[in-house]
Amino acid sequence: MKSIVCVKRVPDTETRVRIGADQASIDPSGVKFVLNPYDEFAVEAALRQKEAAGAGEVLVLSVGGTDSAETLRTTLAMGADAAVLLKTDTPVEGLAVAAALAAELKERQFDLALFGMKAVDDDLQAVGGMVAELLDLPSATVVTEFSVAHGKVTARREVEGGTEVVELRLPCVLTLTKGAYEPRYASLKGIMAAKKKPLEEKAAQVGDAGTRLQQLSYPPERQAGRIVGQGPDAVPELIRLLREEAKVF
Amino acid sequence: MPGIFAFVEAREGEIRKVAGETVTAARGLADALGVEVHAVVLGAPGLRERVGELGKFGADAVFVGESEALARYSPEGFTTVVVNFLKEHACDVALFPGTAMGKDLGPRVAARLGVGYVSDCTALEVVGGSVVAARPRYAGKIASRVEFTGTPVVAAMRTNVVTAKESRRAGEVRQLDVALNAADFGAIVREIQAAAGEKLDVGEAPVVVSGGRGLREPANFKLLEDLAAALGNAAVGASRAVVDAGWRPHAEQVGQTGKTVSPQLYFAIGISGAIQHLAGMRTARYVVAVNKDPEAPIFKVADYGIVGDLFEIVPRLTEEIRKLRNE
Repeated sequence: MKSIVCVKRVPDTETRVRIGADQASIDPSGVKFVLNPYDEFAVEAALRQKEAAGAGEVLVLSVGGTDSAETLRTTLAMGADAAVLLKTDTPVEGLAVAAALAAELKERQFDLALFGMKAVDDDLQAVGGMVAELLDLPSATVVTEFSVAHGKVTARREVEGGTEVVELRLPCVLTLTKGAYEPRYASLKGIMAAKKKPLEEKAAQVGDAGTRLQQLSYPPERQAGRIVGQGPDAVPELIRLLREEAKVF
Repeated sequence: MPGIFAFVEAREGEIRKVAGETVTAARGLADALGVEVHAVVLGAPGLRERVGELGKFGADAVFVGESEALARYSPEGFTTVVVNFLKEHACDVALFPGTAMGKDLGPRVAARLGVGYVSDCTALEVVGGSVVAARPRYAGKIASRVEFTGTPVVAAMRTNVVTAKESRRAGEVRQLDVALNAADFGAIVREIQAAAGEKLDVGEAPVVVSGGRGLREPANFKLLEDLAAALGNAAVGASRAVVDAGWRPHAEQVGQTGKTVSPQLYFAIGISGAIQHLAGMRTARYVVAVNKDPEAPIFKVADYGIVGDLFEIVPRLTEEIRKLRNE
C-alpha cells in the first residue's frame, strides 16, 4: 500500500491571529505554527494502512515556504518514510496549490492520496477534491474511516444527518476528518529517526488560483450582552427577552 | 443567455430546504447584474414532480437532470453534468450550498473549468460589474474579501446566512439531457445510514444547543437533547473538550476543528468559551450562555446570560419552552 499524504503548516487553533501591515496576510510574529489538525488524521490513516498491510510506503508532500520543512519533519517523526517540500515564496491557496500537488502526484505511483478535509487557516475545504479532479481520480471527502480490500476502498463520509458509505476504485483521493484516526505522538525514537529520513526540496509548479485576496479585516466584535439573572428563577425573564426583544420564538 | 447558476440540492428524491437559500442568493446577484437565475437539480427519474417550489424563490428556469446514475450523489457524475451546463449557458456565477454535497461538488467544478472557488461565503456583492465574495477565515477570527480573475465565479454559500425569500419568477421546468452510466464512476455511494432519530445537522439547524465540560458526564447530554426536542428546530452541539473526551461524536463539534455555525439562536451550556469555540459560533444571531462561572469568557459574547447551576436551569428552560409551545 503506497500512500501520499498532502499536508499544510497552519497557525495553532489556540492562537490569536493578527492581520499584517499589508492587510492581505497575517502577522506571523509570535504565532505558533503546527501541522494542520485534519492532516494529522490523514498521516495517521496512511501509517495504519502501511502497518496493516505489513508493507508499503508513506510519502508526505507540502506546498509552502522553507518553514514548512519543519512541519514535514513532524510527519517523518510520526513514522512517514519520506517527504517532499514543494517550495513557494508567496502564500498560495485553492486551485494554485492543487495544481502544484497534482503536478507532483502525476510523477509518482500511489494507491491513496490522503488530505485533511480542510486547512484551519483559509478554511477553504477544496484542495483534495480539486487534486482528484485534476488527476481524474475518484474521491470521497470528509471521511471518518475507511478500509481497503480487494483493490477497493470503502469509506464512511459525514453528511448532514448521517453517513454515506462510498466504494472507490484505487488509486483514489480521500480527505479525512476526525473519526477513527486519533493521531499518534512522535516518539523520541521517531524524532531521532526523522533526522535521517529523506526530505527533498524543489520548486512548486504553482498554478493560477483564479482568485485574489483583496483584504483581510477583523469581524465586528460581538457585544457582550447582559446577565439576565442567577439560577433557574431567571428563566422566565430569559424567555420573555427571547420572545419580545430577540423575537426568536 | 448569461445568468446565475444555482445548484439545488436534492437527496433521496427530495429537494432539501437549503435550496431556498441558494436560489434566493442567486436571485440577489441576478438582479444586481440584470440576468436570469438558472436552477439546476439532479437526481433519479421522478424528481421533476418535486421542483414546483423553486420559482417561488426566484428561479427563472429550473433545469432537471434525471438519471438512475444520479440517484445518489456522485462527484464525477454531478461534476460532468454541471460543467456541461455551465459551458453551454454562459453563467457569470455558479452557486452551491455550503453542505457536504455542495462543498464536495464546487471544488471539482472549479478545477475542471480552471476557475477560482471560494467556500463559506457570507455575502457576494457586485462591485463595478465584478463579483466580490466575503468569507471568514481562521474559523471566523478574520474576515476576508476575495475577487475573481475569471468566470464563472464558483462559490459555496455558508448555510444559514441567507434567509430564503419569496420572489416569484416563472420557474419554467426544462429537462436536461443526461448520458451517464454509474458503472463508469470510480466512486459509488453504496448506502446512506441515517443518524439516529432523524436529527438535524448542527451546521444547518436554525437553533443549536451546545454543551461542554460543565455537563460533567456524557449521560447528562440528555438534558440538552430534551431542550432541543422542546425547541423543535434545534440540533445538539458540543465543545471540543467533550468531543475529545469521547462524550459526543465529532459531527456535533462546534469550533475551529469542528463546524462553524450561524444559527438564529445558539445556547452555550456549561461551555467556558475557548477561543477556538468562540470562532465557530460567533456569527450566531443570538447567543444564550448558561454557566456557573460569572467570569467565563462565553459571557463576553453572549446576548443573554444566566449564571448558575445548569442542572437546575436547563430543565426549567425546557419546561418553560414546552409551555410556550403548548400555548
